[in-house]
Order: sequence, then C-alpha cells, then structure tokens
Amino acid sequence: MSVPATEQATRAATDQPLLSLRGIQKSFGAVHVLRGVDLDVRPGQVTALVGDNGAGKSTLIKGIAGIHAFDEGEYYFEGQPVHVHGPKDANSLGIEVVYQDLALCDNLDVVQNMFLGREMGSSLRLDETTMETRARETLDGLSVRTLKSVRTQVAALSGGQRQTVAIARAVLWNSKVVILDEPTAALGVAQTEQVLLLVRRLADRGLGVVLISHNLNDVFEVADDIAVLYLGQLVAQVRKDEVTRGEVVELITTGASEKNGGER
Amino acid sequence: MSTTTAQDEQEQTGLSGIVSGYVAKVRGGDVGSLPAILGLVALVLVFAALRPDTFPTKLNFANLIGQSSGVMVIAMGLVFVLLLGEIDLSAGTTGGVSAAVLGVTLSNHGWNVGLALLTAILTGTFIGLCLGLFIAKVGIPSFVVTLAAFLGFQGVILEIIGEGGTIGYRNDFVLKLNNGAMPLWLGWTLAVVTVAGYGLATFISTSRRRQQGLVAQPMLLWGIKTGALAIAVFAFVAFLSAERSPNPTLKSIKGVPNVVLVILILVVVLGYLLSRTSWGRHIYAVGGNAEAARRAGINVAWTKVSCFMMCSSVAALGGILIASRTNSVSPQTGGQSTLLYAVGAAVIGGTSLFGGKGKITDAVIGGLVIAAVANGMGLLNQPAGIVFIVTGIVLLLAATVDALSRRRAQASGRV
Repeated sequence: MSVPATEQATRAATDQPLLSLRGIQKSFGAVHVLRGVDLDVRPGQVTALVGDNGAGKSTLIKGIAGIHAFDEGEYYFEGQPVHVHGPKDANSLGIEVVYQDLALCDNLDVVQNMFLGREMGSSLRLDETTMETRARETLDGLSVRTLKSVRTQVAALSGGQRQTVAIARAVLWNSKVVILDEPTAALGVAQTEQVLLLVRRLADRGLGVVLISHNLNDVFEVADDIAVLYLGQLVAQVRKDEVTRGEVVELITTGASEKNGGER
Repeated sequence: MSTTTAQDEQEQTGLSGIVSGYVAKVRGGDVGSLPAILGLVALVLVFAALRPDTFPTKLNFANLIGQSSGVMVIAMGLVFVLLLGEIDLSAGTTGGVSAAVLGVTLSNHGWNVGLALLTAILTGTFIGLCLGLFIAKVGIPSFVVTLAAFLGFQGVILEIIGEGGTIGYRNDFVLKLNNGAMPLWLGWTLAVVTVAGYGLATFISTSRRRQQGLVAQPMLLWGIKTGALAIAVFAFVAFLSAERSPNPTLKSIKGVPNVVLVILILVVVLGYLLSRTSWGRHIYAVGGNAEAARRAGINVAWTKVSCFMMCSSVAALGGILIASRTNSVSPQTGGQSTLLYAVGAAVIGGTSLFGGKGKITDAVIGGLVIAAVANGMGLLNQPAGIVFIVTGIVLLLAATVDALSRRRAQASGRV
C-alpha cells in the first residue's frame, strides 16, 4: 500500500469511503494502462487525481463512469461491491463525470443539455417547464450568477459558463460522487477561480469530488487529498497538508519520493 | 432567486421590443426559414409578373401543391436523417419501391386498400431498418449504404412491376389522395381547427410558463403569431375554395386539395415527435455531438436506426403520393432527380447538412420553392435544361445563405 499505516487508521475512523477501487487492471490490446490501482473517494472531500500524460487518469475515470469496463479489480460503492456496465449504471449509483472535452451538445440549450438522456415527463411528452425550473434552481443553488438565460444555446456560452453547465448537470441528480476531468484546462484566470470555487462548494455540500488536474496550483488550492498515478499505478494517496509541492512533482515524474518511495 | 432572475430576463413586451428582438436574432445569424420564405415570395412575384395569365391562377396554385407534395413529404423524412448529419440517397427510390408494392398488391392482387397502403409503408419501414443497421451497427458511411440502395432499388422497382411496364392505380382512394379536392366545408373546418389548435396549444404553454415564473413570450407576440397564421390559413382556403376549373360547366374543380390534409397531419405529428418527445430531443443531441449523447446514456445506434426507419417510412408515403399524382407507378417513380429535389427542399428550408439543425416545416417551405421554380420555368416555356440549371443555382444560393448565417452565428455565439 502506498498510504502509511497510521494515516489509514485515522482515516478509517473519520469516514467510510463513498467509492473504493481495489486492484484495478485495464489493458487496451497489448498496452497495459492500469496496473492494480487502489483509490478511495470520501464524502465532503476533494480528491485530486494527478499524474503525467499517459499515466492512466482518463482511463481510470472512464472505467469508473462505465464508459469501458475494467478488466480486473473490485469496485465498491458505499461499501458494497457493484458492477458498472454502462454510463447509466454509474449514474444510477450517483456517480457523475464532467469530461475534459465537455460532453455538451452545442445545438441544444442549457436546460436541454442538463437533462440530456434523462428528460423529465413521459417520453411522449417532455415536461419542459419543470425541467427549466429545476435547472434554474440547481444553478441558483450553486450560486451561479454568470448565466443570463437557461434557454441560451450552449454554443453561445464562454468556456467557463460551459464548464458551469457541465458541473451543474452533474449535481442535478442528487449525485454522490462527481468526477471532474481537467475542468480548468481551457479557462482564463477569473473563470478558473469561479470553477474552483464551484468545485469546493460541491464538496462542502457533502459530495465526494474527484478532481483531475495538471495544474498543481489548482490542486493545492482546492483539494483535501492528493492521489498520484504513475504509469498505471497509484503510487500515493496523501493528505494535501502532509506533502509539499516538490514531493508531489517528484511522485508524478518518478513515481516515488523520499518520503513515500520505500513503501511501494 | 429564480423569479428575480426570470424577471431580469423579461425583455420588452411591447411591439418595438418584439421587433427589435427578432431583428437582433436574424442579425445574429439565426435566420431560420426566413431566406426560404423571402425567396419563395420573390419567385412568386417574378413568375407572376412574367406570366400574369398562367402562373398566379387558382388552378396553377393547386397544381403547384400537387406537384410539390411528393418531394415535400420525402424531404420531411429526410429531415430526420439530415438532423443526424447523415444522408439517405435512396429515399426517392424507396418511395418508388413502396409505390410499386402498392400497385402490385392493389391492382394485381386486389387487396383491401388499407392493408395495401399499410404494407407499402411497412415496406419502407423495413428498408429503413436494413439501411439503419448497416450504417449504425456495421458502421458503413450512410452515403455509401444509401447510394448502393439507390442503385439497387431502381432494379427492385423494375423487377416488381416488370420490364418497361407501368401499373395503373385503379383504387379511388389512392387516386384521390393527390388528385382530388376535399369538400368546401371540410376545408373551412380544417382551417378553423388548425388556427384554433395552434392558438390554444401555444396559449396554454405560454400561460403555464408564466405561472411557473419562467420567461414566456409576451401575449402580444402570441396574438401576432396566431393572427398571422389565421390570415394566411383563411386566405389559403378561400383562394382554393373558389372555382378553378378552366371550363366550369364541364367539370367543377374547387376545394382544398386532399394532399394538404396529408401534409398537415405529417407536419403536426412529425413536428411534435421532434420537439416534444425524448426521442426527438435525442435526435438533435446525436446530430449535435454524438459522443456527448453517448456519454449521456443515449442509445446512439438505436437513435440512428430509428431515424432511418422513420425517413424511409415517410419516403414510402411520398412515393405513393408521386404515383397517385400520375395515376400509376412506373420504373421512374421516385427515381431521377426526386431525391436531389427532396434534399434540396430540406436544405433550402433551413435544415443543415451538418446535422443538429432543422425542422419539419423546412421541408414544406423548401418543397414549395423547388416546385415554384419547376412550375414557373415550365410556364415560361423554358427547356428542361434551363430548369435544372436554375434549380441548381437556387439550391447553391440556399446553401450559401446557410453557410454565411452559420459563420455569422459562430461569431455572435448562436448556432
């Protein structure tokens, strides 16, 4: 295990993880992408998942979201072993993913995007007014003030606004775990700040948040927990206040640090 | 909070507010069907000026509807696959195959007309299922699959009706479909039902939105829209209810053509499916961003297959209308330029070839434009070559407007 024993003991006392992965393996043909990953996501905490390009971050979250299944390993949700075979399975557990390339449809408006695939009303008669009211309530609940109209087409929104819509869609469903894939990658300074604030707010509402980021500034600003992937292995999952930036960089680039290196 | 923001969004409800809002929308690149409607008006004015005796007559007007109906209906079906960003090059010949099936079952085997029509339409549905499976499951580009089907179905029609032959329709109902006119009272009833239905449905949804504290269109705008529709519909029915026979003593022709009812039903039903059901919503989503749709849990393959099934079923009806117009089905029914006219109609009306944007009414407006060109050029005694060239230019013009407004929309953030 990568996490020190004492650390684990104190954690077990605080909170049961919402989402736990144990010994996850995944290959694409001959390429062995994930080699025995263990990960815990706790309620009310932002867990940052960091790692260099090709470390397997995207593969890991796509597996969690059910986009493609893991080859091996155990998947626990709220302590129960579960099988996730598709996006709908993950959604019904309360897991939502906000993708890096923003899985929004430009030609639909904010409300239509937020309810996409899970429209309200009967399938023969959509309940537009209820959807619009709920979308508005959710955005207000997240204190989003940058969106003027929820009937604006997504194509007309800025990068930050789109990210906000994508995140709001994720929390619309009383979700328990929200996974954000590089939510600030394409944003300017002010918009990044807004989105990070939103991320923190999600955790404060008691959700388990996984934040994937290349930007250590963002990670240290908002995360409680930092998990480091290195060549398909989770080499460390540590509290933010217990590591320095230098140690995290070392873990990302070499897979070991002086502090954690011997424990693999 | 929600009500205050909603009120912030309330724009001016006066007449000037409505007009300036619309102008801003068009300037932003959201032109909708406006170019096609303006184009149609321009075409009608030009032809009316050049051939005042023959073009703007009631008889020719009714003919125009009959001539355009088949292409129009096929275009409605095509809207479904165009929304996905796909194409169905075989829609025309699918219509031909279905019309041939109808001819054989009805005329050669003497089936009951309802059963024969159902069989013909289900033939289309089955064709759509096969096309859709090849495209969505096997993964062959729709262009290739439907091009193969286009070629193959021409042979299928020949095989069904025999080399060089034609099968005449002898059933009164099928013949009246695209030749006859309805009684005057029915035309007026239909007009009242249409206007009242539209007015009531939009009124209810507007007041429901207002009750919920959501942004709703101003009542004045509702009044203008309903009033404009009422004027257009009643003028249309009045015009067609007058005697239009060149020789009234010999045979009286008046009333709204039957085919208008078919088109109206299709517009309402298909329009509802696209805008108010989750299936319709998913079609737009798949056309806009298929990967996003997949990640949202939408069954993309099924959405595609179902759209091809819908397209071919509607195209089957279009083929039957074309055959009904000529009283018989021949190997050319639905072939030649039918499909390209139908694609042209949808695109001229404002449906994008890139997917994700379009409406059923686009097919109606675009179909009228195409038919007006063909009909007007014919009355100008232009040779077929010139008609083709002009139709091509009109289509190119429409596609240019689409591309330019798209560019403008991107610049102003509307798509």
